[in-house]
Amino acid sequence: MNLTLALFLIVIAITLGITAWASRRTGTTVQFWAAGRGIKGWQNGLAISGDYMSAASFLGIAGLIAFNGYDGFMYSVGWLVAYLTVLFLIAEPMRNTGKYTLADVLSYRMSPIPVRSAAAFSTVAVSASYMMAQMIGAGSLIKILIPSLDSTLKPWFNWTILGTKLDPSITVVGALMMIYVIAGGMVATTWVQIVKAVMLMGGAILLSFLVLLHFGFNFGSFFDAIAKVKAANGLNFTQPGILYPYGKTQVWGIDKALLENVSLGMALILGTAGLPHILMRFFTVPNAKAARQSVVWAMGLIGSFYIMTTFLGFGAATLVGKAKICAAVAPKCTPNSNLAAPRLAEYLGTNFFGTGGGEFLLAFIAAVAFATILAVVAGLTLAASGAFSHDFYVNVIRTHILHGHVSEREQVMVARITAGLVGLLSIWLAARVGATANAAALVAGVAFVIAAAANLPAILFTLFWKRFNTWGAVASLVGGSVMTIWLVSIGPGWTLPAVAHPAFPLQNVGIVSIPIGFALAILGTYLGELAKADRLAERKFHEIDVRAQTGIGAEPAAAAG
Amino acid sequence: MEIRKRPTPGPAAVPSKQAAEADTGPPLEEVAQWEGLEQTPEFKQLIQARLRFVLPATAFFLAYYFLLPLLNGLAPAFMRTDVFGHVNIAYLFALSQFVMAWLLAWFYIRRATRVFDPLAQKVRERAARGRGAAS
Repeated sequence: MNLTLALFLIVIAITLGITAWASRRTGTTVQFWAAGRGIKGWQNGLAISGDYMSAASFLGIAGLIAFNGYDGFMYSVGWLVAYLTVLFLIAEPMRNTGKYTLADVLSYRMSPIPVRSAAAFSTVAVSASYMMAQMIGAGSLIKILIPSLDSTLKPWFNWTILGTKLDPSITVVGALMMIYVIAGGMVATTWVQIVKAVMLMGGAILLSFLVLLHFGFNFGSFFDAIAKVKAANGLNFTQPGILYPYGKTQVWGIDKALLENVSLGMALILGTAGLPHILMRFFTVPNAKAARQSVVWAMGLIGSFYIMTTFLGFGAATLVGKAKICAAVAPKCTPNSNLAAPRLAEYLGTNFFGTGGGEFLLAFIAAVAFATILAVVAGLTLAASGAFSHDFYVNVIRTHILHGHVSEREQVMVARITAGLVGLLSIWLAARVGATANAAALVAGVAFVIAAAANLPAILFTLFWKRFNTWGAVASLVGGSVMTIWLVSIGPGWTLPAVAHPAFPLQNVGIVSIPIGFALAILGTYLGELAKADRLAERKFHEIDVRAQTGIGAEPAAAAG
Repeated sequence: MEIRKRPTPGPAAVPSKQAAEADTGPPLEEVAQWEGLEQTPEFKQLIQARLRFVLPATAFFLAYYFLLPLLNGLAPAFMRTDVFGHVNIAYLFALSQFVMAWLLAWFYIRRATRVFDPLAQKVRERAARGRGAAS
């Protein structure tokens, strides 16, 4: 176990080194929020992969496949195909018209006060739910893999804030992410994400290679082994229908499993294009061409990784088995799907290199997962603090309400303070929610649905619909977020144990809330037109139309500094 | 006062009135400039070229993607058919989604470099010449 700690410390040392180097390049706002727009296309592609492949993808999908077989793979497919939406419709227009945040693009045409406030609200809703899932995951991972760290730190955390006892592991992760973002801004975050993407790809390639080596690189015998693993309902693990069994129950006259899968698919492929921390990455490259190239780099990496998730997940299912995928420290072995990849690493290492090899590979995969979480939470902190400080404080309160001028120095200072506040708040919230493990997986899914129902209609209509106006934008940003959170909260699975007859029947709410988000945007627009509230939006459309397509007047790359 | 100060002036080299841009919106002549540029044949050509690729490609990938969960639910016996060994149609169809995404991305990049970029360059040149305000 000391080996794990040593590898964790190496990860921490490397990332803090990057932060120290980056901190000298974050004096101005364009450096803090957009890394001076000097990130190359392929670097940004790596960073997008690092920002996107969260613990949910690495530990989560491997675990889902290890426990449910084929159905877990549906997440992998959706999360890659999602990038076509980003590539075709979002990446280049965003780079051409935006500055630092999603709201910069929206407020181009719309009244800044309501739209920036609404976008700040939806950004925080998405980032907070995503971040909470990551931090809770990090907390439980550290507790299981290096229990000594958690128990050593425990005596220093024996006090409560507002009735919640802080969690040592979550606090360590939170403190690191605050250091990266506050000291190093987007430059440090980008490079932490790049390092993590390389580590994650390396880890996945190594494990996949060993799994295939175990089966003599014979896919036939690998799939024979998978087909021997049977679920409770008699299906084998290569067959769809285990996670959501088909033909069991009906909702609105349609098979419930079918609805769940389609609904999940909608959230996955439409949500990515509305995730603020991913959109923010397109502002770090010098021009639209580089934005386009970075998506293609990201698609290559993310796609290869997600294909490998089947080797990891099926490998864990066949070689380790559900019964043994559990935390060893617990008195009795309770299966925990998040440990599929680490336990697979331990098995393969022991199998090929002996006991020491098993310990090393387990420690290595744990360190990869740790780096993964750090990189993702840093990106999320940056997005959330951007919404608070750049959109809400600087552009709404100081500029439009108080009519003041905000200096570069003050903007960067406020950005750092809000990043700190976002960090502290998420440490506290994660410790508070952390008790219900079920919440972790659920809140991550919610983030994608909010992004698809609230942010995506606002972005698409701002860029491509001439009549769209402030009312429509606010209706989708606020309405889409609230609708999604409400549907999830009355649906099954939010509470433990699951409610037998929830008010909303589906776990995946996208199939209802995403169309509602788009409908609200359209309805709001026509109401706004009736009220003659916003004549500017239509006139400004011509400008954003030309700018989005041609890059005229796009924010230039800052001089390297 | 706007924080967002745009370093490049309007398309037709409007003198930098943007500094004075208030909440009420840009001066009318500037709107006319953007609108004028929007009406140029170069810009229309660019938009048409993009739409000709993006609309069918988006429709195709959405249809192809949702076919997977739909078939899994509606034709489970078919999807569970083994093609070779225990590799079944469901798994191969899921893998084909990755190939589909990579191919479409490659087509897009090729089209963007060969067609969209030169067209956008033409629009920018036209804007720079300041003849955009034809309307």
